[in-house]
Amino acid sequence: MADIRNNFIGIKSPNPFWLASAPPTDKAYNVVRAFKAGWGGVVWKTLGEEGPPVVNVNGPRYGAIWGADRRLLGLNNIELITDRDLQTNLREMKQVKMDWPDRALIASIMVPCEENAWKNILPLVEETGADGIELNFGCPHGMSERGMGAAVGQVPEYVEMVVRWCKQYTRMPVITKLTPNISDIRQPARAALAGGTDAVSLINTINSITSVNLDSFSPEPSIDGKGTHGGYCGPAVKPIAMNMVAEIARDPQTQGLPISAIGGITTWRDAAEFLALGAGNVQVCTAAMTYGFKIVEEMIEGLKSWMDEKGHATLDDIIGRATPNVTDWQYLNLNYIAKAHIDQDSCIKCGRCHIACEDTSHQAITSMVDGVRHFEVIEAECVGCNLCVNVCPVENCITMEPLAVGALDQRTGQTVEPTYANWTTHPNNPMAREAAE
Amino acid sequence: MMAEGQLKEGIVAGRLSSMEYADNFSDLNAPLDAHEARVEADRCYFCYDAPCMTACPTSIDIPLFIRQISTGNPLGAAKTIFDQNILGGMCARVCPTETLCEEVCVRETAEGKPVQIGRLQRYATDEAMERSKQFYTRAEASGRKVAVVGAGPAGLACAHRLAVNGHDVTIFEARPKSGGLNEYGIAAYKTTDNFAQAEVDYVTAIGGIEIRHGHALGRDVSLAELADGHDAVFLGMGMSGVNALRAEGEDAEGVVDAVDFISELRQADDLSTVAIGRRVVVIGGGMTAVDAAIQSRLLGADEVTICYRRGQENMNASAYEQDLANVNGVMIRHWLQPKRVLTEGGRTVGVELEYTRLEGDRLVGTGEMLVIPADQVFKAIGQSFEAAPLNGSGSAIALERGRIKVDAEGRTSMPKVWAGGDCVVDAREDLTVAAVAAGRDAAEAIHRSLTANGRA
Repeated sequence: MADIRNNFIGIKSPNPFWLASAPPTDKAYNVVRAFKAGWGGVVWKTLGEEGPPVVNVNGPRYGAIWGADRRLLGLNNIELITDRDLQTNLREMKQVKMDWPDRALIASIMVPCEENAWKNILPLVEETGADGIELNFGCPHGMSERGMGAAVGQVPEYVEMVVRWCKQYTRMPVITKLTPNISDIRQPARAALAGGTDAVSLINTINSITSVNLDSFSPEPSIDGKGTHGGYCGPAVKPIAMNMVAEIARDPQTQGLPISAIGGITTWRDAAEFLALGAGNVQVCTAAMTYGFKIVEEMIEGLKSWMDEKGHATLDDIIGRATPNVTDWQYLNLNYIAKAHIDQDSCIKCGRCHIACEDTSHQAITSMVDGVRHFEVIEAECVGCNLCVNVCPVENCITMEPLAVGALDQRTGQTVEPTYANWTTHPNNPMAREAAE
Repeated sequence: MMAEGQLKEGIVAGRLSSMEYADNFSDLNAPLDAHEARVEADRCYFCYDAPCMTACPTSIDIPLFIRQISTGNPLGAAKTIFDQNILGGMCARVCPTETLCEEVCVRETAEGKPVQIGRLQRYATDEAMERSKQFYTRAEASGRKVAVVGAGPAGLACAHRLAVNGHDVTIFEARPKSGGLNEYGIAAYKTTDNFAQAEVDYVTAIGGIEIRHGHALGRDVSLAELADGHDAVFLGMGMSGVNALRAEGEDAEGVVDAVDFISELRQADDLSTVAIGRRVVVIGGGMTAVDAAIQSRLLGADEVTICYRRGQENMNASAYEQDLANVNGVMIRHWLQPKRVLTEGGRTVGVELEYTRLEGDRLVGTGEMLVIPADQVFKAIGQSFEAAPLNGSGSAIALERGRIKVDAEGRTSMPKVWAGGDCVVDAREDLTVAAVAAGRDAAEAIHRSLTANGRA
């Protein structure tokens, strides 16, 4: 059986599934339930500085978008950091860590961007026995208006400065949590590394408005007729998060920087994909908030089964395995030619491949052959775009089949070359021509 | 639990308690609520050139109306349905969807569970009708008058489309109520809460449609008079004859036309007044046979047997209907043809049947006989068109296979006269939805002829 014990920057947990800093980790009651359910670790909901706690809105905090059958695809929130007293949180953290020594317990922290504020809180957190800290530079709403959260995360110089303070004032490992609300995620990652961070975690939530109430014309969630942008998370953000994780993993300047991946992880498969892209472990929130803590059972067993099936013994065997395969567009092999193929036995004849191709793409799929409803790829027109595969409701009914070397591409009339050739050397590339001259 | 009344000998009323009647004759398929409709609508793949739409005799844009339901627009969905089929509410209840739209649904292909198109259609049309939402207004008055014979599905669909196009319509209906078979001929549990009349009201609310009840063609009004007094005539009177059993003793007390029994049941204010036998035999293999048999059981008959002279595969009743009969405790027997109704003192006590088999293509009796005890026998071996009312008023209308002959536009051999529904030969098996299509299309043809290709 695969061993999925996790060692992330020296923090050990029985599995790589942590709960992200969020409502599910706001108090001992929830965290103990999570540990009982099997979660490997938690990042305790963000602590603020000593004094009167922040207050939350007293109306709705969440908005959402749904897929078929009202399956939750994306959730957003306008909740702030913990609204409980600092001492209460610290006391509970200490107790929980004592009771659950084999689980990871990380303290998320957000205090004003002043050296003393950080200097003051770090010893208090250290005293709980927490395994590490996570710097919340990501919250996009509310706290950012007060110069914290994303307001820090969006300025690489601030990121570096705060990380440096933390490394100076605590022995605990530092995880810097990054905001995705920035044009180039590598900049804050590099800054965090320069400041001495032990790891980064990402993504935090994305600025968003989930819907507009068409009766009141208020954005949702609506607080007395007004709304504000909230932080977007859940399955819908996973592709964005995966790209950002990969960007950091393959950036020569941050290569090797441990990453705790966050963003729409709902199943073992999502987790495995993030690990393959270079994450050292994963953090989950929306899936737990949708289905409860029990989902971790599926994640643990699913990951192990897949690893066993593929012969991966430990997490190290899979972490970063996909990273080298993430490249720039210019390096993609233009001599690789694939054509869609429709398996007629599994085709249910919904016709969606045809109409998608016919209306919006390359007119490469029939709808009628010899007077009979029939969907078939016209190879001479197919550019191999994959749209039909993506709109087909039956998995594996339409597949992309690569043409063998030497085969004729009916669309171009050319045979498939055995060599790799990309845009950098393509004759249509003016830069390539210059280089040749 | 067997009610005590089920064991009373003879044909008697009041076999059940009032609660049992109410329960037995409640809605066969409870309507979907908004949540159920949204969940079901989400299953539709919005197919291109959707097979369901092709299979629908009225060509309702099914993917579009289901998508409208899924986006929270049931009224838009209802309009999509009514655009093609103004009796979409009844068709949602009585269409054999399992042999039409739902049979060809790609999710039937994919997982053996089609999208429940019929129930979704009912959800949308119910929403519109409950809110009295009318989608159509009449075009400017054309000054043209059209007579419609029969206020059944064909006649109503025709009248509505003519009214939309600005023509004035008078419907001549022999019965005291409108609706045709929707009112008199369909099992009660398929159309509860007086839905047939509610639908007539909804359809005629557009205005410009006058219905004269108690006016039978050939008795109270002649075709020549109608043709003289109107710019066009549409015949949609259905079939009023019932085929004979050709069995000895079929005039005995206790032998009844199934359509009359269903009609009586449908018109009864109090089901406990409808008498039913303890042992009932239904002769036939179509929807009417099933409707009569199931309702016999629901009225408290102890034993109900359908006897059909051919095999199961030849039955006109759909597999779904046959299952429904089985579930309701009806025994369906095949390869039996009635030879003699057995009587005692003029009263039916049984049916003697002969086993049959095929000799080549020909059905023959085997000589082996079977007696099934019965105090009531329902004849459900098909209805026939009665041509007599058409005649005696000028040139006769041409018939084809015993019904009115029409061209592709529904035009009869007689000038200014169109026909549609069960009174014409239609390849689509006398379905309500086919009658609606025929009435609608004839209305468009009439409109074109009255207005020089649609231009007033």
